[in-house]
Amino acid sequence: MNLDYSDDQKFLKDEARKFLEARCPPSVVRGVLDDPDKSYDADLWKAVAEQGWLGAAIPEVHGGLGLGHVELCALAEELGRALAPIPFASTVYFCAEAILTAGSDQQKAHTLPKIAAGEWIGCFATSERPGPLSADTLEATVRDGKLSGVKIPVTDGDCAGFALVLAKENGRPGLFIANLNEAGVTRETLKTLDPTRGAARLTFDQVPVWPLGAPGEGMDIVEAVFDRAAVLLAFEQLGGADRCLEMAKDYALDRYAFGRPIAGYQAIKHKLADMYVKNELARSNCYYGAWALNTNAPELPLAAAAARVAASEAFWFASKENIQTHGGMGFTWQVDAHLYFRRARQLSLVAGAPATWKERLVGQLDRKNAA
Amino acid sequence: MDFNDSPEEAAFRSQVRAWLDAHAGPFRSGSSMAARRPSHDELLRLAKAWQAKKADAGYAAITWPKAWGGGGGEPIQQVIFNQEEQKAGVAFPFFTIGLGMCIPTVMAFADEATKKRFVGPAIRGEEIWCQLFSEPAGGSDVAALRTRAERAEDGSGDWIINGQKVWTTGAHYSDYGILLTRTNPDVPKHKGLTMFWIDMHAPGVEVRPIHQMSGGSEFNEVYFTDLRVKDSQRLGDVGQGWQVALVTLMNERLAVGGASGPNYREILELARTTLGADGPAIEDRAFRQRLADWYVQAEGLKFTRYRTMTALSRGQTPGPESSIGKIIAANQLQDLTNQAIEMQDQFGIIADPSIAPMEAAFQQAFMWAPGLRIAGGTDEILRNIIAERVLGLPGDVRVDKDVAFKDMPRGV
Repeated sequence: MNLDYSDDQKFLKDEARKFLEARCPPSVVRGVLDDPDKSYDADLWKAVAEQGWLGAAIPEVHGGLGLGHVELCALAEELGRALAPIPFASTVYFCAEAILTAGSDQQKAHTLPKIAAGEWIGCFATSERPGPLSADTLEATVRDGKLSGVKIPVTDGDCAGFALVLAKENGRPGLFIANLNEAGVTRETLKTLDPTRGAARLTFDQVPVWPLGAPGEGMDIVEAVFDRAAVLLAFEQLGGADRCLEMAKDYALDRYAFGRPIAGYQAIKHKLADMYVKNELARSNCYYGAWALNTNAPELPLAAAAARVAASEAFWFASKENIQTHGGMGFTWQVDAHLYFRRARQLSLVAGAPATWKERLVGQLDRKNAA
Repeated sequence: MDFNDSPEEAAFRSQVRAWLDAHAGPFRSGSSMAARRPSHDELLRLAKAWQAKKADAGYAAITWPKAWGGGGGEPIQQVIFNQEEQKAGVAFPFFTIGLGMCIPTVMAFADEATKKRFVGPAIRGEEIWCQLFSEPAGGSDVAALRTRAERAEDGSGDWIINGQKVWTTGAHYSDYGILLTRTNPDVPKHKGLTMFWIDMHAPGVEVRPIHQMSGGSEFNEVYFTDLRVKDSQRLGDVGQGWQVALVTLMNERLAVGGASGPNYREILELARTTLGADGPAIEDRAFRQRLADWYVQAEGLKFTRYRTMTALSRGQTPGPESSIGKIIAANQLQDLTNQAIEMQDQFGIIADPSIAPMEAAFQQAFMWAPGLRIAGGTDEILRNIIAERVLGLPGDVRVDKDVAFKDMPRGV
């Protein structure tokens, strides 16, 4: 039985934590939060690229470190804990994974080295309207190799160099690579719940695109990519949830009311115990997801859904109860609790809402138990 | 990350499987759920014979020294054996409290002669032990117990014990027990306690089964009326009973068991065959959302046990993560059985196994779940334990800490 990080993976994770504590303190996160013109922290992005993290799970032949996905999960946990305000998830969990999953050899050779080096920021453009993603309502269309339509919201669409776009071609959904610096692309930055992660409305008008994967398979590829991204996002959520519990604990030990630390009152103790329980359930589901992702196991869709549901619930609960534990201070701009509250909501929506994932989970379970 | 045994573990597992294949057969008949009631004399006989067979092979107490009749093995081997024994259908519940809690306490505090007398027979299943701590006036607050042990007036040094214990698992089939008593009411509650081992068949011990709200009787009340015990039956010093009790509680068996009762698989099966307002209940969106939550919890607990096993397999001490198990399992059982009954609508009131879906498993577990949230540490006490021992938060304010036991305010 081996359901934990190895010593090497723990070392990598510890080093990543030290690195991010030095390079991504809350002031860096706030630098993006408070500056409407800043969509991410470019210095941190460069430093993370120099560490090789962007290519952690990209094979060496394509310029990555070729470490594996458990290592990438360990990094994700630390990036989530530090609330890193960089387009890491869009570029690595979505775009690199999509190209690794569905790309041609030529596409891999063309894109992955640039992603691993931090030269190309990617974004994953699927949503067009409120409500769960559906092929039936897609309006973005590719005709004669040119894309027209509107994608909203696209996380990191304001800073990315390229996008993977879900659009219809000949009435069927496909996935396409678009260069966002082409004429015909309009970007409009959006006001979002979490300004530390930028998002945009992307409008395409006759923009030439490159198909990724076979025609008509767009939804299948998107779902496969969502499964992979869900595991990695779950580790970011887990890292954030752990940090919320620490913040709540530290504050409760320091804050006195009625003559003693509020950490001594059962109303607070039990709240923090509940956070711990949810975080550990999430961690266990995440580890299983990491195993499934790393081995490309047939269990991945179910494992990814379980990790995403558990980690979304844990981060939501920890982030809102962290504010509650801080009392009035927790509701202020200067206390960091709201940064986690914002990120918790952002992460739990970016690859589809937990309710959508629960439906996916039960669909998988129903099929598995019927078989 | 993987789910494989190490080569040594795999070798041990196949050795265990071969041994179980060769020997478990005749003992399997008694292990179905219905026949599992501890009052079943035949089951007890089978269990004792099985335990002796395990002891001969070194499987009865795998991690204990060979000199004491154990197997001299590693904790992960005990986990592997438990798994395989469960799968083989020959895991009996009678010896866990004795071997997991009582005998380790005897080994820590008794003299050599006493240890020699009791350890072997307990490992071989010849004698069964129970733990006599909880009382009507002291459940979560065990140290508030009132059972009195006083020196006999005849100068023999013996102790005379009067009082009552409650919720004693297996007292009705136990031969011996460890008993926590109050020997000094003039000092604060934790300081006036003393531990003894006692003969459950001695005059002055009366066992009465508790009629639980579920209808069954798995637990007992135990009454002591002028029970006389020798001073040599004392475990630890006079007044040190609380420290001894902590050793007992620390020795609770490795929490690597699964939760019992219906889970997401059973309710999924029920939902496939039960018609709701708009077709089979499994197609109901609201139900599917809850099913996903139960699945995530159940799988989370399973993989939490795997994490504990991982630590053991690496020769490390497991982290505190296993402390989440019972809170989740007990509350899920209550929620899930309630929903399964609700799904049956008017039919849900039927608890007759010959009529109700799935032999009334949901109705039975529904009446058992409230007890599961209390037994072995209430939800509230477990949250306190996580908060204090795992997260390091302060203990509760204790208004009775410096008050002599006899002056403590008391209710009923």
